Amino acid sequence: MKLILIRFLIGGISVSTFALLGDLFKPKSFAGLFGAAPSVALATLALSVIVEGKDNAATQSTSMMLSCVALFCYSSCLSWTMMHRPMRTIWATILFLPVWAVVSFGLWAMLLR
Amino acid sequence: MLVKVDATRVKETRWHEFAVRFLLGGFITAFAGIIGHKYGASMGGLFLAFPAIFPASATLIDKHEKEKKERAGLNGHGRARQLVSVDAAGTAIGSIGLFAFALVIHETIRDHNTWLVIGGATTVWAGVSVLAWYLRKRTRSSFKRAWFARFHGGP
Repeated sequence: MKLILIRFLIGGISVSTFALLGDLFKPKSFAGLFGAAPSVALATLALSVIVEGKDNAATQSTSMMLSCVALFCYSSCLSWTMMHRPMRTIWATILFLPVWAVVSFGLWAMLLR
Repeated sequence: MLVKVDATRVKETRWHEFAVRFLLGGFITAFAGIIGHKYGASMGGLFLAFPAIFPASATLIDKHEKEKKERAGLNGHGRARQLVSVDAAGTAIGSIGLFAFALVIHETIRDHNTWLVIGGATTVWAGVSVLAWYLRKRTRSSFKRAWFARFHGGP
């Protein structure tokens, strides 16, 4: 429980910091780079090395590469849809989350299971 | 357009909007840890590139742009959608940098100092992301110039 709380705090600080950095920059396409910042990864990998060892962190980074491909697909679909279809932002961002899940878990099942 | 630092949007952001990002970020980090503990590191690693705060950030962009246009007596729906689209395109480019980050960690963490590897991987993320953003911008500009010259008889 204590470890979960530590993860929560470090993750919250890391994600907020990168989001704040993203808010500072113009143009929007450049600020968008911070949407793919390694905020969750930094907090998780650092704690994994301390608690579970380096092999655990290396294994996590392997599957992280696959979910990066999924993140690319998710944000590309979202970008195209928001430019070409009159859709509400909140619904579009949630509606495409299954794209991330399908690509991510699909690649994991094909390559790492 | 050159990259500029502009604190206006930070000033427009309310404390509860910061709190939402903090909570979502904390939640997904804790969740990734729980999944990793229960189903193995390989499965937990997938959540390290989960678009955790993207819905919250995109909604903020949308809301702030609409408010800005409404203050000027305009309808900001279209412009807000365009900005979210451009922001998402930036995130797609950033995911190339994030892939490079994960690759550096994967290749070097076993044999080198942890903090050096994490610092180096973060630098690689920033470098690759900015380079990819710059290359895309340059390619798009040349494509636009070529298209304009072809159809409008430019230089």
